[in-house]
Amino acid sequence: MKLISGVMPARRTVGLLALTLIIGLLLLDQVQSIPIDPFRAPAPMALGSGQAPAGGHCSNL
Amino acid sequence: MPVAVATVRVGLLMLIAIMAAVVFVIAGPRSALLILTGLGLGMTLEGLRFGFAGPWRVLITERDGRGLIAQFIAIGICAAVAFPLLAAFPTELTGAYAPVGFAMIAGAFIFGASMQVVMGCGSGTLVNAGSGNLIALIALIGFIAGSFMGTLHLGWWTALGSLPVYTVQGIFGNTLGLSLTLTGLTLLAVLVALRSLPGKRQPQTRLWIAAGLVAGLAILNLIIAGQPWGIVYGLGLWGAKVAEVGGMDVASTAFWSAPTHTLRLQESLLTDVTSLTNIGLITGAFIVMRWRRIADAQTAGISSSGWALMLLAGLVMGYSARVAFGCNVGAFFSGVSTGSLHGWVWFFAAFAGSWQGIKLRTRLMSAVSIPPQLVAQ
Repeated sequence: MKLISGVMPARRTVGLLALTLIIGLLLLDQVQSIPIDPFRAPAPMALGSGQAPAGGHCSNL
Repeated sequence: MPVAVATVRVGLLMLIAIMAAVVFVIAGPRSALLILTGLGLGMTLEGLRFGFAGPWRVLITERDGRGLIAQFIAIGICAAVAFPLLAAFPTELTGAYAPVGFAMIAGAFIFGASMQVVMGCGSGTLVNAGSGNLIALIALIGFIAGSFMGTLHLGWWTALGSLPVYTVQGIFGNTLGLSLTLTGLTLLAVLVALRSLPGKRQPQTRLWIAAGLVAGLAILNLIIAGQPWGIVYGLGLWGAKVAEVGGMDVASTAFWSAPTHTLRLQESLLTDVTSLTNIGLITGAFIVMRWRRIADAQTAGISSSGWALMLLAGLVMGYSARVAFGCNVGAFFSGVSTGSLHGWVWFFAAFAGSWQGIKLRTRLMSAVSIPPQLVAQ
């Protein structure tokens, strides 16, 4: 069985790679998403806000 | 403490503060609180080694039930708070309610099997990737793709046959529903304890602490977001965003054309509940790994077929979790703790899948020559 590499990258390197991918995704998202209006941000907590939850969840069909 | 260690740790604390501050300025206080909640979950899961796939595996292979009993404790604590909250604030809070169906059960079974191949569940894959496990990072890429692909076919799978959405509080009322939930969790814990060997029944102190912290943070998630902790939706959304950049008209598909999902597709990921906690999970695990200066353990090579297998297993995990209305977090933890019947069914189907997945993994690992220590937790 041929191996791609004899030594795996260090954990720190892989962790940083994961964070870099997240930052890349956020930058990609920034380009195509509607700009956020911070003055229309929801209340800090849903509880007590008087608003129905509007987020997506795995249980949504 | 050596200066170099202190410098790294100060830097990590600054990372937490900067992340929260940046998200607060860009997206507002709720998003900042959710990223902090995700960071807390990531640090708890990695720091106290609280997981889902691993404890299921060691119960089956080593008759060690401590980790699974800790999961039941966490879910029970969360349910004890979530049930009254959901009853008192029905317009502001909602549970992880989904229908039981043929595809949902099959999806949970396949997810359970594939998470044993990857040796990381939904939350575990994020945490392992953040803490520097390259195999988990590769599996995560597959997980994202699979979660998105699952959204494209979810309606078709669900139409194969599903019951209406049932909740225990809907059937039995809030008080009896909560009592039955806690009784069910206690019975399962007793069964697991009976299956376990002496000395492997009582969760260690770290697991008690972790169970309390995970439950507390999950309750915070419910209070802040208005909905329970989830993983898979955010990953599917990430895949959808990438597909859009690639030229796909995602918004015209059945799932993403629904108003709730269209809005998520249009708006920033920094306003999406599950994306925020997912990012927090990955970063929190990274922080713990760097804080502890964990020695580099990944020193062996891996075959090309091994990489392909992990990518494929991640894809299967994502697809099956989407069809099953969640993974170990969104369906099992949040489903059971908020009263959804599908959470219980998910657990039994996924556990049966895990049993088969452990056997499958042994065969696959020997075929592709992946050293067992490379896939942690």
